[in-house]
Amino acid sequence: MALKTVRNLMIAGGVAVASLTGIAIASGGSVADGYEMVHKHWHWSGVTGTYDQEAMQRGYNVYAQVCRSCHNLDHLAFRHLGDKGGPFYDERYENPNDNPLVKNIAAEYEVIDVNPEDGSEISRPGIPADMFPPVYRNTAEAAYVNNGAIPPDLSVMVKARNNGADYVYNLMLAYDHPQPDSVVTSSGQYYNPVMEGGKIAMGPQLQPQVGVFEYQSETEGQNPPEATVEQMAADVVEFLAWSADPKLAERKSAGMMSMVYLLILALLLWLSYKRIWARLKPKT
Amino acid sequence: MSGHSTYEPKWAAARWMDQRLPIVRMGADFMTMPTPRNLNYWWTFGGILMLCLIVQIASGVILGMHYVAHVDYAFDSVQRIRRDVPYGWLMQSTHAVGASMFFLAVYMHIFRALYYGSYKAPREVLWILGCLIYLVMMATAFLGYTLPWGQMSFWGATVITGFFGAVPVVGESLQQWLLGGYAVDNATLNRFYSLHYLLPFVIAALSGLHIWALHVTGSNNPIGVSDKVKTDTLPFHPYFTVKDMLAVTVFLMIFAFFLFYLPDALGHADNLIKADPLKTPPHIVPEWYFLPFYAILRAVPDKLAGILLMVGAIAVLFVLPWLDTSRVRSMRFRPIARWFFFIFIFMCFILGWCGAETPDDNAFLGLSFYRLSQIATIYYFGYFLVILPILGLVENPEERPASITQSILDHGDKPKPEAVQAPAE
Ligand code: HEC
Ligand code: HEM
Repeated sequence: MALKTVRNLMIAGGVAVASLTGIAIASGGSVADGYEMVHKHWHWSGVTGTYDQEAMQRGYNVYAQVCRSCHNLDHLAFRHLGDKGGPFYDERYENPNDNPLVKNIAAEYEVIDVNPEDGSEISRPGIPADMFPPVYRNTAEAAYVNNGAIPPDLSVMVKARNNGADYVYNLMLAYDHPQPDSVVTSSGQYYNPVMEGGKIAMGPQLQPQVGVFEYQSETEGQNPPEATVEQMAADVVEFLAWSADPKLAERKSAGMMSMVYLLILALLLWLSYKRIWARLKPKT
Repeated sequence: MSGHSTYEPKWAAARWMDQRLPIVRMGADFMTMPTPRNLNYWWTFGGILMLCLIVQIASGVILGMHYVAHVDYAFDSVQRIRRDVPYGWLMQSTHAVGASMFFLAVYMHIFRALYYGSYKAPREVLWILGCLIYLVMMATAFLGYTLPWGQMSFWGATVITGFFGAVPVVGESLQQWLLGGYAVDNATLNRFYSLHYLLPFVIAALSGLHIWALHVTGSNNPIGVSDKVKTDTLPFHPYFTVKDMLAVTVFLMIFAFFLFYLPDALGHADNLIKADPLKTPPHIVPEWYFLPFYAILRAVPDKLAGILLMVGAIAVLFVLPWLDTSRVRSMRFRPIARWFFFIFIFMCFILGWCGAETPDDNAFLGLSFYRLSQIATIYYFGYFLVILPILGLVENPEERPASITQSILDHGDKPKPEAVQAPAE
């Protein structure tokens, strides 16, 4: 009976996990016109995987130098960059507001504020406590500048698409896929098979010409890889994945502890259960 | 079964209290409640559901301290909870994953009742209370899902409240009254939040009644034969407390797996896009636990007929005790009904699948999801309205053991009851 119970419990658990995961996976995205999605192995997936700090830093550079001219990170403050697990975390500065890298980054942005003396609008350099300031004054301006399309917030983008990391990576790289006759793009639109419907109002962003920019190292001793299109795409995805799910490392380590704890508890309860029910056995 | 209370107050203070409010007696009677000794793990979901409710209320109250019910801030406030509130990421995913786990458990619990005939006399009221809880749970989850104000929140609320507009004559005013305006907007979000906060406590109250009713009739059991002799039952504590705790722990492991490793996998990516009333998402799909009902809703072309069917799908559960004419509770002894039951479960999954897909798409062999959902809907209603009523009259049930004790003696793999005047704790 003992084995039977354990087996039944395991089957029940297995079925529950499998069916719910099945539901989750079945909702994956589809792609048009024979384009084969590149499925990269993202090293932060899996049970223990976490982000790579240097890749996130390079990814931030791509964001700041390319994507920033159109996209904001609505839900990020500069200080988040220096949080534990973040791209510019430094254990010498537990409080990210003191982190010099974070301070420098913040200062590169202009933040609209109010002059406390006379109430007039002023623009000042950012500080770590500021949120990333919006790129456009309002959606009307955003649409006006971008042919009527509004560049969406990127800070949750990787969570806001099915298989978001693959999605953004492929979106960056798929522009050179041949456009089928069935998709007609108007002016200001580009063909991209990763987008639903194949049309996107954003032109190709990561260009193959060498010298768009080169990765320079933020920390000493680092040997930055060559800034190829694939490398830049992978790095910006790493940064955006962190920005969409900044608690990933904390969550996974808490998960490991909880699982071990629950497993031990289950074993102890199993033994207690055996012992208590054994009282019902006839004494021999 | 509620028999005589065996509680005896040990101290004067306890006696004083017992004469005024016998609350300790109530707890003691719960602990000593005679419980059929042959219950299997399908009977542990009741305890698991209690835990789910507590988890939802606890995590929800904490979320409520940080959440802002306003169309301009709701989405951002959930992001803030996930990013800036200490352990907010844990509370938010516990609540969101917890809703799925709640429904997983309640479906197990309901299927258990359907298979073992737990809805039959004398447990009709217990069953109806359960159906009410399920109804309020669905309302709560629907209301809660609008709160994060993502695209699916907004469009899900728009689609579902839109169905009220199809009610003849009063439809339009009913819809406006529900929404507090002409469309889903800030007024809607505010009232949905208010009701989402209220309904879990209604569930808690209904659960109290549900358990009260349980203690009057006692638990059903896998063979469906009422307990008759003393050796048929065991005191709830420690035999079933320990068994429930084991099951709860295994359940928590599944919960933790999703919570820590796939926290957003059970939701929709679209709901992490802020609601935009001007941009309809290409596929509006409810959460997985509503998919079968969504499929029934879309199984007919007429909007009103769809709503009636969907309401009927739940209403039929309420009258089930009077639809099933068989006097045998457990399907173990109903050789034909058992197979119809398994097909019923299968059809529920088919309906869920149809609910997730676009009706016009091809399911298999040229059969569209639309047609498939019609077949499954017919079976769903047929099971309750035709198969169970008729089968009860024509089916020849297998011979049932005279008592629980007898059934255990017949199957050598359980502890033998003769030696067992269960030692109480
Ligand atoms: C010149 C302005 C501009 C720049 C620079 C830019 N984008 Fe975009 N992006 C847009 C616009 C406009 C849209 C909206 C496209 C649409 O809706 O068709 C968009 C949409 C997107 C989307 C969403 C696609 C979808 O599924 O809806 C992603 C992801 C994205 N951009 C990523 C990036 C990344 C990463 C970078 C930097 C490497 C970048 N963008 C640089 C203008 C820009
Ligand atoms: C029967 C119990 C409950 C169920 C089934 C339930 C279900 C849900 C669901 C499905 C969501 C959307 C989750 C998401 O995607 O984030 C939600 C959100 C929410 N619920 Fe509940 N809930 C319950 C109890 C409560 C209680 C008691 C409170 C207390 C106030 C509460 C407060 C909230 C809040 C504030 C949100 C929005 C924040 C968020 O998105 O996480 N819930 N609920």
